[in-house]
Amino acid sequence: MKSEVLTAPAVETATITGAEAVIRCLLEEGVETIYGYPGGAIMPVYDELYKFQNQLHHVLTRHEQGASHAAQGYARVTGKVGVAIATSGPGATNLITGIADAQIDSTPLVCITGQVASHLLGSDAFQETDIVGISTPVTKWSYQINKASEIPEIFAKAFYIARSGRPGPVLIDITKDAQFASLDFIYKKCSGIRSYEPIPEINLLNVERAAEAINKAKRPMIVWGQGVILGGAESLLRELVEKTGIPAAWTILGLSALPTDHPLNVGMVGMHGNYAPNLLTNECDVLIAIGMRFDDRVTGNLARYASQAKVIHFEIDPAEINKNVYADIPVLGDVKQTLKLLLEFLKPNNHEAWHQYFKDCLAIEFEKIIKKDFYPERPKLGMAEVIEEINSCSGGNAVIVSDVGQHQMVACRYSKFNRTRSNVTSGGLGTMGFALPAAIGAKMGVPHREVVAIIGDGGFQMTIQELGTIFQTKVPVKIVILNNGFLGMVRQWQQLFFDKRYASTEMLNPDFVAIARGYQIKANKVSERQLLKGAVKEMMDSKEAFLLEVEVEQEENVFPMVPTGAAVSEIRLE
Amino acid sequence: METKNFTVSVYTENNPGLLSRIAAIFLKRHINIESITASPSEVPEVMRFIIGVQITEDQVKKVIGQIEKQIEVIKAFYHTDEKLISQEIALYKIRSSVFIEDFDIQAFIKKINARIVTVSSQFFVIEKTGERHETESLYEKLKPYGLMQFVRSGTVAVSKEEMPISRILEKFNNQKLKHEELF
Repeated sequence: MKSEVLTAPAVETATITGAEAVIRCLLEEGVETIYGYPGGAIMPVYDELYKFQNQLHHVLTRHEQGASHAAQGYARVTGKVGVAIATSGPGATNLITGIADAQIDSTPLVCITGQVASHLLGSDAFQETDIVGISTPVTKWSYQINKASEIPEIFAKAFYIARSGRPGPVLIDITKDAQFASLDFIYKKCSGIRSYEPIPEINLLNVERAAEAINKAKRPMIVWGQGVILGGAESLLRELVEKTGIPAAWTILGLSALPTDHPLNVGMVGMHGNYAPNLLTNECDVLIAIGMRFDDRVTGNLARYASQAKVIHFEIDPAEINKNVYADIPVLGDVKQTLKLLLEFLKPNNHEAWHQYFKDCLAIEFEKIIKKDFYPERPKLGMAEVIEEINSCSGGNAVIVSDVGQHQMVACRYSKFNRTRSNVTSGGLGTMGFALPAAIGAKMGVPHREVVAIIGDGGFQMTIQELGTIFQTKVPVKIVILNNGFLGMVRQWQQLFFDKRYASTEMLNPDFVAIARGYQIKANKVSERQLLKGAVKEMMDSKEAFLLEVEVEQEENVFPMVPTGAAVSEIRLE
Repeated sequence: METKNFTVSVYTENNPGLLSRIAAIFLKRHINIESITASPSEVPEVMRFIIGVQITEDQVKKVIGQIEKQIEVIKAFYHTDEKLISQEIALYKIRSSVFIEDFDIQAFIKKINARIVTVSSQFFVIEKTGERHETESLYEKLKPYGLMQFVRSGTVAVSKEEMPISRILEKFNNQKLKHEELF
């Protein structure tokens, strides 16, 4: 019964099927792991995956959404292109949430979907869906292949587009007949597309203008985003901060580009960010935005966002310039190049007096919020206490994958990071259910690192089926469920803005430990403070996957908070 | 900010799916496309879309940014009416019986340089090419006679300023040579 398993790559040119060409394209692009789910219209490719199983590791997720999030997790920690594969119709539509998430968070993905045979296109055939049409607004590029001969060129283009410039997801839809048909396979990597300029040209004059403004500034502030990570400019950011002494804050996706304990790292901006960088955004004289896009969760009320400041915007995507916030000095280009150029023009400084403002604000935040988060007076555990225990075990060296909601804000506010590409979360789309599959992908991307998924009880149940993937692959991810029995973030809003009318936010939850054990995943539950340390340590020390459910305070609120419509300087501490 | 008529010109590769990508950019922002045409451009194998919208200048700038971001878009421009030479074509089908006996309307058609395309015992088809207000004024004139059919094309327009598409493509070819050395 066992069919042939290929081990050596084919010679450079060969007549092969479209399905085999798909696999060879992936190997040519250096792909090692892909995530997917088989089905009718993609079966020829799966048949080839069987033959190439020694060269290409396919991970069977339990739902296609899990496949796209796992590919995202893999891409985010490795910087490589993540690959997900699914069949036509529902298989393809199930990928969409992950694709949309990757689009808004600039994650490089190549998603491959099977399609009905080309003679059936448009006939409402079984499992036919217009996935190219559906995915158009949420992909960087998409293409339907209906001739086998197109496969090498389209795959080369797809990988090039996904990873170049501002990265993003690409979808390739392949009709079943194109998978069966033959072609002469020659692979040539794509090095450029004439209508696509991934990295805009640098205007040196603007770099000089930026440097002049920074050198003259009395109260400058940096806000960096994921662009620093995507551009591999972490050490340049550090150099910039240390040379100039400018306080630097991060967006949720920028987190981990600079160690969290760096003295000039002043914390998170935005809705649940830190007090100092939010308040002082509206007091700085020069705002240096690096690889970030002024999302509404960062800016609050746009009309009253940093209106006193001269804004310098380092950005790779020209469409982001002046999209939300007007840039007095736009510096287009690859941040690795522009920051390098900038540094040559910058004078050393320390801005000590200005930095003291941030310290003073932090002291206020500590007194009003942080202290209570870490040493609560109430009997039930708080989310921050759990994060702190993880920190003390990881020493800041773990990859933290968070889901969406209150626990995400707490995880991002309090997790310690020493290394870049260590914070994986769904920022722009806010996709509940992201963390569990993304953690699987992340752990496979960096198997030597500890990967901890921090998930709420709501989000966990959105992709809970991926416990099956962990069971089958034995991928040793650590899962922390911060269980408050509520959809906590929505409940918080209901409390603050809807007179505590808790409409459909209270959850009757199953026994998560029993469920994990059903998948033969080690599990434990803790609800008492004196047992927390030991429980977290047991989980972190485990060589295998481990699920730790922590019963936390039901009605804890995340503060500080910039309410919708308020200016960032109107940040509430209680 | 006040809304104005803008004509968006998009130079693209000839690729299926691109039209829906571009249309989606307008749709996402709830912008109504007033007119749209697609045709080959002055550069071989390069298509040109001409899209008429009524929005603010701030909006049109952002839309241009999003359009240019699409992989197969070479370049997008926007112009106000005064920076363009634009034309539309309209066809008017009217009953022969009303037309033949009315010298007034015949004289009007001659005066405004409209053209009779088809004559039959049942109907006449009149064609008028010109700016929007010209095709509209003929529409108003013919309406009382009972138009059997009326149709107007999207705007086609050329800009007064230069469109440096060939230069952009040439720049790419030069860069590509440099790039290939790197790989």
